Amino acid sequence: MMWEVWFKILMVLILAPIGGAVLMGIDRILTARMQRRVGPPLLQPIYDVFKLLGKEPILLNRIQVIYAFLHLAFIVLSVIFLVMGQDLLMLLFIIAFANIALILGGMSVRSPYSRIGSQREILQMVAYEPILVLMVVGIYLVTGSFLASDIASSGRPLLFSLPLIFVAFLLVLTVKLQKSPFDLATSHHAHQEIVKGITIEYSGPYLAILEIAHFYKVALLFIMLMLFWLPNIYIALALAAGCYFLEIVIDNAFARLTPIWMLQYMWTVGLGMAFTNIIWLYMGRGL
Amino acid sequence: MTKLAKSPWVVHYNCNSCNGCDIEIVACLTPMYDLERFGILHVGNPKHADVLLVTGSVNHRNVRVLRNVYDQMPDPKVVVALGVCTSSGGIFADCYNVYGGVDKVIPVDVFVPGCPPRPEAMIDGIVKAAAKLEALRGGAKQGGAEKPKVFMVPPVPKEQA
Repeated sequence: MMWEVWFKILMVLILAPIGGAVLMGIDRILTARMQRRVGPPLLQPIYDVFKLLGKEPILLNRIQVIYAFLHLAFIVLSVIFLVMGQDLLMLLFIIAFANIALILGGMSVRSPYSRIGSQREILQMVAYEPILVLMVVGIYLVTGSFLASDIASSGRPLLFSLPLIFVAFLLVLTVKLQKSPFDLATSHHAHQEIVKGITIEYSGPYLAILEIAHFYKVALLFIMLMLFWLPNIYIALALAAGCYFLEIVIDNAFARLTPIWMLQYMWTVGLGMAFTNIIWLYMGRGL
Repeated sequence: MTKLAKSPWVVHYNCNSCNGCDIEIVACLTPMYDLERFGILHVGNPKHADVLLVTGSVNHRNVRVLRNVYDQMPDPKVVVALGVCTSSGGIFADCYNVYGGVDKVIPVDVFVPGCPPRPEAMIDGIVKAAAKLEALRGGAKQGGAEKPKVFMVPPVPKEQA
C-alpha cells in the first residue's frame, strides 16, 4: 500500500514537468504557426532549461534563491496534492503560498521592474483568488465533499453542474498561464515588457528553477481542467487540450490589458459568473 | 548541435548606430526570417542573455553602457558585432568622438560585414556565435574574431578617378 503511494508521487515528480514542457513546446509551435512562422522545435523549453542550468550563477542576495526554491517546492507539492486526491481548499492555499514566495522573491531585490512585476502579481492574485475559492465551493455543493478524490466517484461530469464557473476558471487560467490579455507580471512572449518583470533579477540556474516551476504549474492547471469531466479520462483529456488550445488562440488574438482593467474584468465578469452559478445550484436544491 | 547552442538568447545594444542594422535585426524576427526556428529569443534583459548583438561605432558617451551591459551577462557569453561600423567605425571612422570598433572595448567573437548586413548574414553570425558558446565552456578564449576584409564595392583605380 505504502509503496504504491511513493510510486505515484515519483511518477508525478517525473511526468508532470515533462508533460508541462511538451505542452509549452506545443504552445510555442502553435503560436509561431498562427503568426505564419516555422517556430522552434517541440522540446525547446527543455533545451532552454538545460542551457540555463549550465550558465554561471549570479546572485543579488541569498534570500532571492530561497524564495525561488520555495516557489518550486510549493508548486510541486500542489501537483502531488491534486493527483493524490486531497483537499481542494488546502490546494488553493498551497498554490497561494507558491505565488507569495514568487512575489517575495521579486520584492527582495531593488530593481524597480521587479517591484512593478511583483505588485502586478499581487493584483493578479487579488483578481483570481475569489473565483478559485468560489470554484471549490461550487464543487462542494455538487459533490458534498472538498476532496478531489470524491469528484471522480460522483459519476456525473462537473461541467454540467458548473458551466459558468468553468468559464470563469478559463479566465483564471489565462492569468495563471501568463497569457496575453493578462500577462502583466512577466510574459513568455513579450520579453521586453517591463523587462520580464518579476523574473528580471534571476539569471542562469535560478531562472531555470522558475522555468521548471512553470512546467509544473502548466501540468497542475491541465489536471485542474480535467477535473471538470473526471468520470471519463479521455473526454477529460480532450476537454483540457481543447481549453489549452483556446488559451493559445486568446493569447494571440488579444492585446495586453492594464492591471486595473484586469481587476475590473475579473471582479465583474468572472466573479459574476461564478456567483450566478452558485445561486443556480442553490435554486436547484430548493434552498 | 549541443545544448548551449540550441537556445541562444540574444540581447541587442545599439552603440551609436544609424538604425540601419537595428532595422535589419527587427527584420530577422519577422515571419520572413523567423529567428525562433533556431531557438533564438530576443530578450530585453542582459541577465537572461547568452549573445550580445552590438551595432554601431562605439563612442565615448556609450562605451560605459556597453561595458555595463556586457558585464551583466552571465558566462558563457559571446559578442556578435553587426555591420561595418563595429569593426572599423565605418563612415563615422574619422569623427572626433568615435572609438572605431567594438573590439577595442569588449572581446568580439563574430564580425558580420555589411552596411547594413542582410538578415541572412546576421542569422548566420548568431548561429556561428551560438556554436562558440559550447567551446567557451570547454575552455576556449573569448573574442579574437577576424575583421572582415571584404570590399562590397571594389576600390576604383586611380587613373579612372
